[in-house]
Amino acid sequence: MTQFTATVTVRLKTGVLDPEAETTQRALERLGFELEDLRSADHFEIDLEADSVDDAAERVESMAERLLANPTIHDYEVEIDHR
Amino acid sequence: MTIAVIRFGGSNCDRDAVQALESLGVDAELVWHEDGLPAEVEGIVLPGGFSYGDYLRAGAMAARSPIMDEVRAAADDGMPVLGICNGAQIGSESSLTPGAFTTNESARFQCEHVHLRVENADTPWTAAYEEGDVIELPIAHGEGRFEVDDDRLEQLEADDRIVFRYCDAEGTVSPEANPNGSKHSVAGVTGDRGDHVAVLMPHPERATLEDLGNTDGAGVLEGFRA
Repeated sequence: MTQFTATVTVRLKTGVLDPEAETTQRALERLGFELEDLRSADHFEIDLEADSVDDAAERVESMAERLLANPTIHDYEVEIDHR
Repeated sequence: MTIAVIRFGGSNCDRDAVQALESLGVDAELVWHEDGLPAEVEGIVLPGGFSYGDYLRAGAMAARSPIMDEVRAAADDGMPVLGICNGAQIGSESSLTPGAFTTNESARFQCEHVHLRVENADTPWTAAYEEGDVIELPIAHGEGRFEVDDDRLEQLEADDRIVFRYCDAEGTVSPEANPNGSKHSVAGVTGDRGDHVAVLMPHPERATLEDLGNTDGAGVLEGFRA
């Protein structure tokens, strides 16, 4: 068994309105910053033991499918690193 | 006929739902989610509130609690299930109903009275109304914006699955009368298992008791008598 850290990034699908990101962007602009766009995402770091990178990725993708992301509105990415 | 009103940690409209149902002569009881669904139950309310502090996404945690397996199995067998507000979020997060309820367009928590147009009076939850009727109900949510992909929404509309849309006092649906930015002003939909399952963001149980000055919501809860 090897120790891994999986990083799951959950983003709204393209075209899904993100009112929190828009509000955050406006607040940055009020502070005088210039920016073109701002997108927000949720970021989860999961420590786990697995036989291989593939095994870790499979388990973490299942976590994303079943809880961390809502497939109706979200896309997600999984990255696996040795810990 | 006993209706189970399922209480999760953070539910706060559970007692309101019991009181509203009992005022209509429908027997109702609170059920703590860890106790499981009682055997004699004939209907289920997923009540409003902030289950699990709305962690991750509103309704996400409660939707994955063991009692929801029992609720889905009961819904498969035709048991009436109504999700209200947080219960609607739980319903969509647990695949009882389509789409998602997510952050309001305003990015704010909104607590106000809204008008709703009855889109389909041929469901247990709207049989007390006529299609096109306008009713007034309170909303109280930060994550009530109905979101679903365009193709799915078109199919839901073709299948007459939209039960309520936000509208103005005259029944006109418009962006101005859409409190939270819901796609096509959808406020409530029926479930994938049939129209014995439905969810809505507005609160019929807060507009059922005569003492509260508005009984427009009683017709929705009457669905449990159908």
